[in-house]
Amino acid sequence: MEGNKVLNFLRKYMMLIAMVVVVIAFSIITGGKTLFPQNINNLISQNAYVFVLGTGMLLCILTGGNIDLSVGSVVCLAGGIGAIILEKNLPWPLAVVLMLVMGLIIGMWHGFWIAYVKVPPFIATLVGWLAFRGLANIIMGGYTYSITDESFLKIFGGGDACYVPDFLANIGPASDLNKTCIVAGAIIAIGYAVYTFINRSRLIKKGYKVDSIISVVIKTILIVAVIGWLTYKLASYKGIPTVLIWIALVLGIFAYITTKTTLGRNLYAVGGNEKATRLSGINTKMVMFSAYTLMGLLAGFAGILNIARLKGSSPNYGMGYEMDAIAACFIGGASAYGGTGSIGGVIIGAALMGIINQGMVVANTPPNYQTVVKGIVLVLAVLFDVIMQMRRKGSKKTAAAETTEKGGAKA
Amino acid sequence: MAKVLLEMNSITKTFPGVKALDNVNLKVEEGEIHALVGENGAGKSTLMNVLSGIYPYGSYSGDIIYDGEVCEFHNIKDSERKGIVIIHQELALIPYMTIGENMFLGNEQGSKWCIDWNKTYAEADKYLEMVGLTDSSKTLIKDIGTGKQQLVEIAKALAKHARLLILDEPTSSLNETDSKALLDLMKKLKSEGMTMIIISHKLNEVSYVADKITVVRDGSTIETLDATTDDISETRIIKGMVGREMTDRFPKRHDVPIGDVMMEVDHWTVYHPEFSERKVCDDVSINVHAGEVVGIYGLMGAGRTELAMSIFGRSYGIGISGKLTLKGEELTLKNPKQAIAAGIAYVTEDRKGNGLVLTNSIKTNTTLANLAGVSSGSFIDKDKEYQVAEEYVKKLRTKTPSVEQLVGNLSGGNQQKVLLAKWMFANPDVLILDEPTRGIDVGAKYEIYCIINDLAKAGKSVIMISSELPEVIGMSDRIYIMNQAKIVGEMPASEATQENIMACIVKSGSEA
Repeated sequence: MEGNKVLNFLRKYMMLIAMVVVVIAFSIITGGKTLFPQNINNLISQNAYVFVLGTGMLLCILTGGNIDLSVGSVVCLAGGIGAIILEKNLPWPLAVVLMLVMGLIIGMWHGFWIAYVKVPPFIATLVGWLAFRGLANIIMGGYTYSITDESFLKIFGGGDACYVPDFLANIGPASDLNKTCIVAGAIIAIGYAVYTFINRSRLIKKGYKVDSIISVVIKTILIVAVIGWLTYKLASYKGIPTVLIWIALVLGIFAYITTKTTLGRNLYAVGGNEKATRLSGINTKMVMFSAYTLMGLLAGFAGILNIARLKGSSPNYGMGYEMDAIAACFIGGASAYGGTGSIGGVIIGAALMGIINQGMVVANTPPNYQTVVKGIVLVLAVLFDVIMQMRRKGSKKTAAAETTEKGGAKA
Repeated sequence: MAKVLLEMNSITKTFPGVKALDNVNLKVEEGEIHALVGENGAGKSTLMNVLSGIYPYGSYSGDIIYDGEVCEFHNIKDSERKGIVIIHQELALIPYMTIGENMFLGNEQGSKWCIDWNKTYAEADKYLEMVGLTDSSKTLIKDIGTGKQQLVEIAKALAKHARLLILDEPTSSLNETDSKALLDLMKKLKSEGMTMIIISHKLNEVSYVADKITVVRDGSTIETLDATTDDISETRIIKGMVGREMTDRFPKRHDVPIGDVMMEVDHWTVYHPEFSERKVCDDVSINVHAGEVVGIYGLMGAGRTELAMSIFGRSYGIGISGKLTLKGEELTLKNPKQAIAAGIAYVTEDRKGNGLVLTNSIKTNTTLANLAGVSSGSFIDKDKEYQVAEEYVKKLRTKTPSVEQLVGNLSGGNQQKVLLAKWMFANPDVLILDEPTRGIDVGAKYEIYCIINDLAKAGKSVIMISSELPEVIGMSDRIYIMNQAKIVGEMPASEATQENIMACIVKSGSEA
């Protein structure tokens, strides 16, 4: 029983532990450079697309290990359209809406083929991977477009001005820190702690089982500490990057969808047992269709963030993004057979990949070795998952064998 | 007296919670056709799996003496090397390979690094001729009918130099002509010195072909009849098969008034989704009243599940015709969603495959068929969901530490309760229970029976499909008997005995 507890703890927090180890390792190797405020800041803005695309990818993977290979191309195509519109000096909201609609339509297109015509997702999205990259090339004519619309760049996190302005700079004692960032971080940390305990006492009042107070306190302290640390780092640089708000928004919305709505529930159910779900009166085709449609929408959104950060668009943008998103999901514990995985996992997976990427750059690892290391990390993550599952099955098998022996002894 | 080829002595095989074989003895002489008969779950297939090494040596107790020596088979390869070849009920052929490729799959001709295709096809043709098949061995399996496929299976077995051939329900998917041809082939092989064991439900075929008949019941061999000296009429065999005593394994329902007709199915015909000319339900008419438990008895493959699933929003089969009336209103249900909305629930026989999401919790599974019941709009009320799950865990006495437990970690009986809870929460008027007690232990069975009685008391209509005769007789108010896609009999429980239900089936089988 004790062994099981340890195993369960490892299962649940392995990637988190791995992340802490990696962070410490890199900060030692680089002499603390990776933890410079600017590097933390860059980590977020450079990996925004992984968080957003990973979220969409998770929805697809949940439905049964299905993936969407086309997202990199969709990011590029949506971005290209947006950049062309902005170049023509048309209003930026039009560009944003069109990019999202583009993503949505592509998502529906994939969803239609996969859910209703039953084209295997791998093939349907491979087609998209080719065709949308080609389309992006066609509409951009092979050229690179640059974006100069200031408000667009500010809002979606491009260039130097992409931080939430420090409203509170002149209030209180003078300091180098960004006060808005500190205040926001404090509100979030306190809010989280208060919510946790209020919710806990509410659950106790209703007579539900809850985790022990010690584990809740430890967990809360750790999370508050991480928020505080991140806040401090960001505050000592330029404050809250606007893109962080967008990431948080996307992750928040989809964490809600996956855990608290019927659609989220259905995604897990379809991935866990498609037939049983259909026989429970759920329109499984619609569930599949929704997953790919949302993936498309998020790919469109990633396109917006992408062109804003790079202040322009080029036909080779977004290459290999699909693989980063897929890797983030699997490192974050999503099952390649569907039915398990979470937004929390995506956050950890994307962050871990980002940290390793950046750490290697800062440590001057030759680029060719960097991809090898990334590959090894993915293998380790999947291997861990597989071993854990075998262990679980193994323990069941021995239990069964024991019963058999007992039965035999009786006879 | 011919030489004894195979002797199985006091074989006992236990699965967790179930003793599948209890001290079984079987003796097969060289050059005879030996039939194994018994109800579903009596242990025939388990016995053959022990013999062929699918359940390896060590997982059972007892001895297998084959050709004079004690054998320890660790896998199928071991038994095949000795010439014991089993042909399973489900054909194990690969549709997009040729007959020849299939026959020598895993037994390739030529060397390991270079398959000799000329030899393969020449050999294949030779064995095909032996079983009387004239098709070329280069024909794809998908292009020949099931009857011929069964012959290919036999040819494949011969190619492995079989001395003892085990046929598990070889005619279950064949029509009359093909069955007859197959049985005659068996007789021909016998005359050439082959020894065979046949497992079959079709007693007329057994009487036709077998030299000896061993009856298996509840994991034990009851008796062995010799065709030359004993009476091997069908009634005699049936008596051996079902001659067990009924005890009060079934809770009684007292004073449950039977109301009006709740659901009526009229002239219901369903075709197989892949073999579109095959009828899986043929002109079936049944009805069920409020507060009534109706049993549908039939052997596996009789079309019971197909009937139930086609009623449940056409979730199985094509070309469905017939009339479905619910509470006096004629309905056309196009999918399970509409069926659930109309008040029909189908509790599947395959709880792991079609019923539960094993990677999800009890809570999630309980509300899956009626998420609307715990949510407003598309937002789930987690508190309410928790309460509902707790309520059903208490009501059905599901043994679990909490409702957050993954269903995959529960025992079969408790999984079945979660499945029942799911459908009870959907609040249907008609519950179709397909093999509700399959693979669960006796105690859990009793509890499931109590739940069925409670449902009837609450005025629900219950249709219980089962291949366990005592269960059908013990639990039902009225019984339909189904065989080969047709309803072949209907009787009130008071008139039902194991003998006359089996007689219904046998009679219809010999008519067809």
